[in-house]
Amino acid sequence: MSVMPLKTTSPALRSPAAAAPAQRLSDHARLLIVWLVLLAVPFVSPNSYVVSLANLMLINVILIASLNLLMGYGGQISLGHAAFYGLGAYVSGVLGVKLGWSPWIGLPVAALVTGLSALIIGIPALRLRGLYLSMATLGWNAILVVMFNRLIDLTGGPNGLLGVKPFAFGTFALDTDARQFPLVWLVSLLVMVAILHLLRSRIGRALRAVATNELGADAVGINSFRTKLLFFVLTAGMAGIAGSLYVHINQYASPETFSVSSSILLVVMVALGGSGTYWGPIVGALIYTAVPQLLLDYEDAELMLFGLGMLLVLILSPSGLTGVPGALIKRFSGRAS
Amino acid sequence: MLEVEALEAGYGSIKVLHKISLRVERGQSVCLIGANGAGKSTLLRSLAGLLRPSAGRILIEGKEIANASASARLDYGITLVPEGRRVFAPMTVRENLEMGAYRRLWPRRDRGVAADMDMVFDLFPRLRERQSQTAGLLSGGEQQMLAIGRALMSKPRLMLLDEPSMGLAPKVVQEIFATIRRLNAEGMSILLAEQNANMALKSAAWGYVIAEGEIVRTAESASLASDPSVRAAYLGL
Repeated sequence: MSVMPLKTTSPALRSPAAAAPAQRLSDHARLLIVWLVLLAVPFVSPNSYVVSLANLMLINVILIASLNLLMGYGGQISLGHAAFYGLGAYVSGVLGVKLGWSPWIGLPVAALVTGLSALIIGIPALRLRGLYLSMATLGWNAILVVMFNRLIDLTGGPNGLLGVKPFAFGTFALDTDARQFPLVWLVSLLVMVAILHLLRSRIGRALRAVATNELGADAVGINSFRTKLLFFVLTAGMAGIAGSLYVHINQYASPETFSVSSSILLVVMVALGGSGTYWGPIVGALIYTAVPQLLLDYEDAELMLFGLGMLLVLILSPSGLTGVPGALIKRFSGRAS
Repeated sequence: MLEVEALEAGYGSIKVLHKISLRVERGQSVCLIGANGAGKSTLLRSLAGLLRPSAGRILIEGKEIANASASARLDYGITLVPEGRRVFAPMTVRENLEMGAYRRLWPRRDRGVAADMDMVFDLFPRLRERQSQTAGLLSGGEQQMLAIGRALMSKPRLMLLDEPSMGLAPKVVQEIFATIRRLNAEGMSILLAEQNANMALKSAAWGYVIAEGEIVRTAESASLASDPSVRAAYLGL
C-alpha cells in the first residue's frame, strides 16, 4: 500500500457541493473551464459597462479568495483586508503619478509593500491566539483611511488620486474595458491556481491543522505562529495585487473604497459564498459586484440585504451558498432511497 | 534516554513545576501519577517543547535540549500524544497520520513514511478500515489510537503520553494500554502521565508520584502500588 501523495485531491478540500457523486472533474479542470467560459464575456456583453463589471468582479475574486484562504482555511479573521487592497492601490498609483513608474513595476512593488506591512502587523498580533489579529487589522484599516485622506499632497485626499495611468504595452494602452479584461482574467486565474496549490501543499495542510487544532499542530512540529504569519503576508500581498489592478484600471482611487466597512463586507462575502470552500469566493465576488449594481436606486437597501442574506445563510446553510446544491442533493437522494 | 534535572516551568508569573528531576532509561516504561493539577501536563508539555522551562536541564541521550523548539525536539526522537487527543477533526485519518510525519516531508520526502503508515495500520487495524473517514467522526477510543498513530509517524524513540485514558470506556482503556505495552516491548521508551494510577502502575516498570509540582515519591511500580500511602491517595484503596 502506498501513501497518498500530498498533492492529489484531498477529500477535506472538496467543497460540500463537490462531494456530490456525479462530479468527477478535478478542481484544476473545473477552474480552467470556469475561466474559459468567463473569457467569452467581452464577446457576448451588450456594452462595455458589463465588461467593466466583469473586470471588477474578477478583482473581487482575488480579494475574497485571498481573504477566504486566511479566514476560511486558516481561521484568522482579518478586519483590514480592504486596507491592504487600498495600500496596494495607493502604492502602485502614487508611484505612477508622482514618480512616473510603470504599472508593471507598480504591481509587484504594491504586493511587496502590502506583504511587508502585513509582516509588521502580524509579528505582534499573531503571537497571541484569539481576536488580536481582528483588532490589530481593524486599527490598521482605520489608520490607513486617515492617511489616504490626510496625505493630500501624495494621495489627493478625499478627492481621490487622479491621473493614474493604465497598464500599457509600449503605446498600446489597456485603457478600455475590453482591453483590460484579458489582464484581469489572467491575474485572477493565476491567483486562483496559486491558492489551489498552496492549499494542497504541505504548508497548506499545516495551515488547516493550525486552524482546527493549534495544540495538536504544535505537537506534530508545525510552527503555528510562522504558518499563520506566512499566510497573513501572502494573502495581504494578493490584496495588494488586487489594489494595483484596481487603480490602474479605474485610473482613480478614493479613500472610501477601502474603508473599514468594505473590510467587513469582504468578510461577509467570504461567509456568504462559503467560508473554507474553494469555490465560495467566486459566488461571494459575484454577489459583491452585482448586488450594488442592481440596487443603485436604493442605497441603504444594499447593506440591509447583505445583512439579511448573511443571517439566512448562517441559519440555513452555514457552509455558505456553495453548500446549498450539495445539501439539496443530499436531501433529495436521501428521500429517494 | 531522558534525564531531567531541577526543571522549573510555569505560565506567566505562576510557577507550576518546582525543581523536577526524573529519568527514563532507554526502552523503559515510566509513569507519572498525580492528582488533577499536580503538574503532569505542564511537565510533559515542557518536555515536548510546547512550554519554555524557566530553569533546569533536559537531556536527551546526553544532549541538552531545554532550549530547542518543539519541532526540533521531534528530530531528537521525542514526541507527545497530547491530552484530549487533539486530532485534526476535519481531516481524514490518513491526512492526520501524514501530518504526524510533517517534519519528514520537507525538504525531501522521507521514503520511510509509507512503511511507517503501514506499521501504524498494522498496530491499529481499525484505523486502516477508516483511513478515508474524517477524524472528527471517530469514537473517542479510535481518536486516541489516531493520536498515538500520529505521534508514531514522527519515528520517535521516546513517547510522552498525556492522560491516554481520559474519557474512555474501561474496555477501550485496556486496549490502549495493551498497545502502549506492546510499543514498549518493541523498544519504545515511554513516559506516561495518568490520573488512572491503577492502570499506569500496572503497565509501567517505574513510577513517579507528583504533587503540587514536586516529585514526592519514586520507586518501582510494584512497590508504589503496594505502598499504603500511595494506595490511599491515588488508588482509592
